[in-house]
Amino acid sequence: MSRIGKIARRTFLIGSAVIVGGVAFGVYKVRKPAPNPLQAGPGEAALNPFVFIDQTGVTLIAPRAEMGQGVRTTWAALIAEELDVELDDIKVLHGPPAKAYYNSALMGEALPLKGYDTSDFMHGLGQAMGEMGKLINAQVTGGSTSMKDGFERMRQTGASARETLKQAAADRLGVDRDQLQTAKGHVIAPDGSQIPYTELAEAAVGITPPDVALRDPSQWRLLGKALPRVDMVGKSTGTAEFGIDVRPEGLKFASLRINPHLGGGMVGFDATKAQAMPGVEKIVDLGTGVAVVASNTWLAMQAAEAVDIDWEQAPYPTDTDAIFKKIAAGFDDAPNSSLRDDGDVADVPQGATTLNAEYRVPYLAHATMEPMNATAHLTGGALELWCGTQSPTLAQWKCAGAAGLEIDDVTLHTTYLGGGFGRRGEIDFVLYATKVAMAMPGTPVQTTWSREEDMRHDFYRPGAMARFTGAVSDGKAVMLDGQISAQPVMAQSVDRMLDMPVMGPDKMHVEGAFNQPYAIPNYRIRGHFADLKIPVGYWRSVANSHNGFFHETFVDEMAIAAGRDPLEFRLETMADEHAPSVGVLQAVRDMSGWTGVTPDGVGRGVAFTYSFGTPVAQVIEVVDEDGTIRIRKAWIACDMGIALDPGTVRAQMIGAMIYGLSAAAHGQITFAQGQVEQGNFPDYDALRMHSTPQTEVQILETSAYIGGAGEPGTPPSMPALGNALFDLTGTRVRELPFNRTFDLKV
Amino acid sequence: MSTSVTINGKPHQVDLPGNVPLLWVLRDEIGLTGTKFGCGVAACGACTVHIDGEAVRSCQVALDDVWGEVTTIEGVGTPDALAAVQAAWVDHQVAQCGYCQSGQIMQAAALLAENPDPTDSDIDEAMQGNLCRCGTYPRIRSAIHAASTMMKEV
Repeated sequence: MSRIGKIARRTFLIGSAVIVGGVAFGVYKVRKPAPNPLQAGPGEAALNPFVFIDQTGVTLIAPRAEMGQGVRTTWAALIAEELDVELDDIKVLHGPPAKAYYNSALMGEALPLKGYDTSDFMHGLGQAMGEMGKLINAQVTGGSTSMKDGFERMRQTGASARETLKQAAADRLGVDRDQLQTAKGHVIAPDGSQIPYTELAEAAVGITPPDVALRDPSQWRLLGKALPRVDMVGKSTGTAEFGIDVRPEGLKFASLRINPHLGGGMVGFDATKAQAMPGVEKIVDLGTGVAVVASNTWLAMQAAEAVDIDWEQAPYPTDTDAIFKKIAAGFDDAPNSSLRDDGDVADVPQGATTLNAEYRVPYLAHATMEPMNATAHLTGGALELWCGTQSPTLAQWKCAGAAGLEIDDVTLHTTYLGGGFGRRGEIDFVLYATKVAMAMPGTPVQTTWSREEDMRHDFYRPGAMARFTGAVSDGKAVMLDGQISAQPVMAQSVDRMLDMPVMGPDKMHVEGAFNQPYAIPNYRIRGHFADLKIPVGYWRSVANSHNGFFHETFVDEMAIAAGRDPLEFRLETMADEHAPSVGVLQAVRDMSGWTGVTPDGVGRGVAFTYSFGTPVAQVIEVVDEDGTIRIRKAWIACDMGIALDPGTVRAQMIGAMIYGLSAAAHGQITFAQGQVEQGNFPDYDALRMHSTPQTEVQILETSAYIGGAGEPGTPPSMPALGNALFDLTGTRVRELPFNRTFDLKV
Repeated sequence: MSTSVTINGKPHQVDLPGNVPLLWVLRDEIGLTGTKFGCGVAACGACTVHIDGEAVRSCQVALDDVWGEVTTIEGVGTPDALAAVQAAWVDHQVAQCGYCQSGQIMQAAALLAENPDPTDSDIDEAMQGNLCRCGTYPRIRSAIHAASTMMKEV
């Protein structure tokens, strides 16, 4: 049996009282370390939940969802840096769902702080809050937190394991530990002889790990460099295993249809015709829809289409206009938050120019390339699951409940994710697969959604509206008063996933607007909730994706009203507020050769958003080609303090911008008769090879604390494009997507 | 009814209705999962394979209509023996989530076979049917140029 297979088999013991080889490292800031989910057999050693060693080598656990952001490589590099192993010589696995793999950064983000002005005290408070992630078993990949979370913890894990291995060697050689060196998976004795870690691991298990200082960044071998990704060969040869690729023996294939009136139930169905179709083995009543199990996914999809279903109606208005009336009605209710309230917005100086604007952005789908799917196998009292998930502990818990099992009876294998963007933090697709498997006990079943089911059953980026009022005087911003109304993502998702109410001001709802580093003397941002039951969720950069557009379009309008260059106006307004933000704006100014003047037929726009601890500025250039507008060039500058892998950061910045530009140019989910109208890529397209701008990226490293990389590139892309279109055409468009107004190259 | 089809040089007898698309024959019957399902309507290119060297969307070719020898990503090269185009993909660290990349590589391989020295606009033309939601396009472009150079040097 392969080594990976053996480790996977041992994970059946997760959560049981048996802990073999678990070593309480001093690295955990919480008092009591979580149990080690890695169960070592004879001759093997699980030095901690992240380092597993047997005779054949070293395996590192990177328990974060690899959805393209390179986390498996960078997380492993954090451990390897201190452990003194080479990435070529080790294996990296995702590992099982486990408390030990909680996200220590996610909860820290919940404090109602702006972020960019964080003091050391507040940073410490955020870290302390992060430990609460352990209490709620939050093994989550999201919120651009992986590097904040792993940066110290994983280096300490590697260092601690290294020193333990050195102690084992010291005991064997009868020398002091500090006389020993380590390199490339070996302890080096004073006489130059080498002992491989694989020989020392078993002895190391019994040793209490010493506390050890981390190496200075100047000594880093791996971090700070663009490393070859551990998943690159697999993903270039079709051998990387995604959820849709798992093939346990005896696998059957299912597809489903869920009520397109989202949240509605099912009155009844007639599957007579489907039952008789080729390859069909079983029809499964899912309560809110029907699944068909067959010998082939396509046959299952065809049969699912042939089921005649009587749906209940949706618990929300039937069309887009009525839905946006409800969003507008949110402005009439008391605000949920006023997290920025500087000066007095009523205090506008005599002679100031005032301006007002109303903005509107649509609901958006995630549209991951890999449609939703999961594989489940129920045997006796055990459930085995395979899926690409951003929330493995949550999926394990909820599926155990659905199947009437204990959490320990559920094994979950996290595969590669064919795109996540927040969609795979939800667990609906794993639950449906579990329900299908419950109807086929003893048989593994893979349940794959058609693209249309995927697009029509998302947890959408909420549609949102904003009303902004501002005043400029003597070329300066003197007042900005913004109101935002949308469905609250956090309140709905916490209720859905954790069955808990959320109280108090919702910071996430106003991020990208309340926490921007502009020094405007009279400055207020209020968040309003729209009372709607459309399923909404975490879409790359969450509320920053709409608030960035509102805020930065309005700042541009203020600059124009003040008769100022939009880039210089921003620089001046943030000059004394946050130096790294000034730095990224200056960087895009210099890279793009910004002059504020563009020739006929060319337009340029700038935008800036501080999100997830990282300021990002972008300049977008559009060009009129015989009436069709093409996005020709882009410049991006970011500052996340430390770029642990600049190659990955660059890819994330470009990718996040393209994701945002795709939405700004073409993306909208609309409703008619209570159903989502778009079903596939021809209705919901994105940028492609020929419509993607040539892009330059500059990475700065001056921020005081490490920031996120996966999401901060998305928010500024949309206003930067709008500001460029304004520069080109003189038309200010306050509603997305832009292809409603302009002929954009598709 | 049994249908004969040759995949990556190997003959297979497939016992499925003749209207089942080649994509689902490959994935669910033969077990070649490198070819991906993305949209089912030829709008994303994730399922691209070659039939007699021509890039086609396997979600749109019924089993009965397969007119020649099929090559999938598994037939192009393996982790231990990468084809030039795959080596270029690795050198340029193209993939992010990686789900679309089998289709991107198959499309690029067909382009390079037909046009060994493609310009940027040739690449735009050939690759525009292949969607990537991660936005790897700039590195795909670089990798195609690099593969072109590598193939000329061989």
